[in-house]
Amino acid sequence: MSTSPRAASGAGDLLFQRLLAAAAGSVLVIVGAMLLALTVSAWPAIRRFGLAFFATSTWDPVAGQFGALPFVYGTVVSSIIALALAIPLGLGVAIFLSELTPRGLRAPIGFLVELLAAIPSVVYGLWGIFVLVPWVRASLAPSLKALFGFLPLFEGPPLGVGMLTAGLILAIMVVPFIVAVSTAVMRAVPQSQREAALSLGATTWETTRTAVLPYARSGIMGAVFLALARALGETMAVTMLIGNVPQIKASLFAPAYTIAAVIANEFAEATEDLYLAALIYAGLVLFLVTVVVNVLARILVARAAKGPSLIRE
Amino acid sequence: MDLSYVRRRWTNRAMAVLTFLCTVVVLAPLFFILFFLARTGLSALNLDFFTHLPGPAGEPGGGMANAIVGTLVLVGLAALLGVPVGVLGGMFLAEFPGSRLGHAVRLFADVMNGMPSIVMGLFAYTLLVLPLRHFSALAGGVALGVMLIPTVMRTTEEIVRLVPQSLREASLALGIPQWKTLLWIVLPAAAAGIVTGVMVGLARIAGETAPLLFTAFGNRFWNWDLLQPIAALPLQIFAYAISPFDDWHRQAWAGALVLVAIVLAINVAARYFAGRQARLR
Repeated sequence: MSTSPRAASGAGDLLFQRLLAAAAGSVLVIVGAMLLALTVSAWPAIRRFGLAFFATSTWDPVAGQFGALPFVYGTVVSSIIALALAIPLGLGVAIFLSELTPRGLRAPIGFLVELLAAIPSVVYGLWGIFVLVPWVRASLAPSLKALFGFLPLFEGPPLGVGMLTAGLILAIMVVPFIVAVSTAVMRAVPQSQREAALSLGATTWETTRTAVLPYARSGIMGAVFLALARALGETMAVTMLIGNVPQIKASLFAPAYTIAAVIANEFAEATEDLYLAALIYAGLVLFLVTVVVNVLARILVARAAKGPSLIRE
Repeated sequence: MDLSYVRRRWTNRAMAVLTFLCTVVVLAPLFFILFFLARTGLSALNLDFFTHLPGPAGEPGGGMANAIVGTLVLVGLAALLGVPVGVLGGMFLAEFPGSRLGHAVRLFADVMNGMPSIVMGLFAYTLLVLPLRHFSALAGGVALGVMLIPTVMRTTEEIVRLVPQSLREASLALGIPQWKTLLWIVLPAAAAGIVTGVMVGLARIAGETAPLLFTAFGNRFWNWDLLQPIAALPLQIFAYAISPFDDWHRQAWAGALVLVAIVLAINVAARYFAGRQARLR
C-alpha cells in the first residue's frame, strides 16, 4: 500500500489515514505528556533540592527534608542482586532452549517460562511473604552466614525481609525476559555459523561458545538491559519483601527501600505539596532511567539482528 | 584415545547438564507458586468469597465480591481506551511500515511496554486525580488503559501484516476505497488474532496493582460511580497480605488463586488459538 495517498482515492482515505496516524502517534504524545506532567508536578521539589536530592539521606516528611539516596541505593543494589542471579540462569535456559532442546520440547518449556512472566507481581509478593521470607530466615540466611559470615555482606540477624529476599524475588521475575529475548536472538544466528564450527570438529558446547554466543552477544546485552529496566521499576513484590527501611547497610540481610516502593507506600498519604513533589521527583527519575535503559535495550536487540560487529564492519 | 578429546567431550556433557539444571531452577518457582496457591487458596475459597463484601477488620468471614467486580470495571474502562487506540495505531504500523512516524512509534511503544507500572499510576494521578480532587475508578481505568495501548498496538501490527497482500489488492481492484478495504476486508481477516492478543493484554493489566494504588485506591464497599474510589482484586490481595489477620491472609491466597487462574486460563487459551491459527495457515 502506498505511503502517499493519491488524490483520486478521495477525502475518506485521507481522513482515515490521519485517524490511523493519530492513533499511532498517541504513543509519542503519551510519553511526552508523562515527561511534562511529572516534571511540572515534581517542580517544587526539583527547585528546592536540585540534584542534591539524590545525594542526601534524610527522609523526614514532617520537617520537609527529602533526600532519596537510600532509595536509589536500594533500587540499584536489589537490581544488581537480581541480575547477578538472573543473567547466568537465564543464559543457561536460553542455551538449553536454543541449542540443546529437542524440537518438540522447545515450545512447552518456552511457554512455561512465559507463564512465569504472566503471574501478577502482587502474587509474587504474597508468595514471598509466606513462603520465601520464612525460607530465607530459617535456611538460606543461616547457611550463607555459616559459609561467608566473615563478609560484611552477611552480617547481622537474618530477618527474612530485606535486600537479599527482594533481590531473589526480582531475579525470579526478570529471568523470563532474559530467556525470551536471548533465546530469540540465539535462534536467529544463521545455521551456517553453527555448521562451520561443527565441521571443524567442535562439540556442541564449543559451537555455542565460539559461534553462537559471540554472534548473539549484542542481543543478549539487550536482554539484560530489558531485565534491568524491569528490576529497577518493579514495585509490588519488592514493597512486600524489602522491609521498607530507608537505610544504607552493607549487609544484604538488612531491610532496605526502593524508589518504587516508597512511592507505593507513601504516595496516597502524602498531603503536603512538597512531600508529593518529592515522591513524584523520585518517580520522574525512575521514568527517565527506565526510558534510557529500554531505548538502549532496543538498539542492542536491533543490532543483534544484523550480526556481530566483526562481520559488519 | 587423545586426552584432550576426552576432556572436551566431558565439558560438553557437563555444560548440557548445567543448562538443563538452570532450566529446572528457573521453572521451579512457577511450580512452587502454583502449588502453594492451590494448597492454601483452595481451602479458603467458598461461595461467600464470590458473593460477600469484605468483613470488618479482624473478624473472619466476608468475601471479595466488590473487588472482583471492581477489577472487571477497571479492565473494561481500560479496554475502552486501549483497544481502539491500539488497534488503529497497530493498523497504521502494519500498513505504512516505512514511515518515519512508524519507526518512532514502534520504539516508544516498546519503551512504554518496559516502563514501570507505578509510573503509569503517577501519570494518571497528575492527569485525573489532582484536577478532580478524588481517587476514582476513571483514573484507575486510564492508568491501565495507557498500559494496554502499546501491547495491543504491537500485536495488531504483527497480525495485520500476516493478512495476504492479494486480499487488499483484490478489494482495491474492485474500486473499494482504501479505508473501506482496511476496515471491512483486512480487519475482519485479522480479527481472531487481534482478539487473542487483546485478551493476553487484558490478562496482564488485570493483575496490575501498582498503577491502582493512588488512582482507583480501593474501596471496602460497592461503588458504581466512576468518579469515586473502586475496589480491585490485586489491591485487596495486597492489603490483606500485609495485614496482621490470619483470616485475611487466607483470603489473600484465595484472591491470588482466582487472579492467577484467570490470567493463566487466558494465556493457555491464547496459546491454543494461536497454535490452531498457525496450523490453518
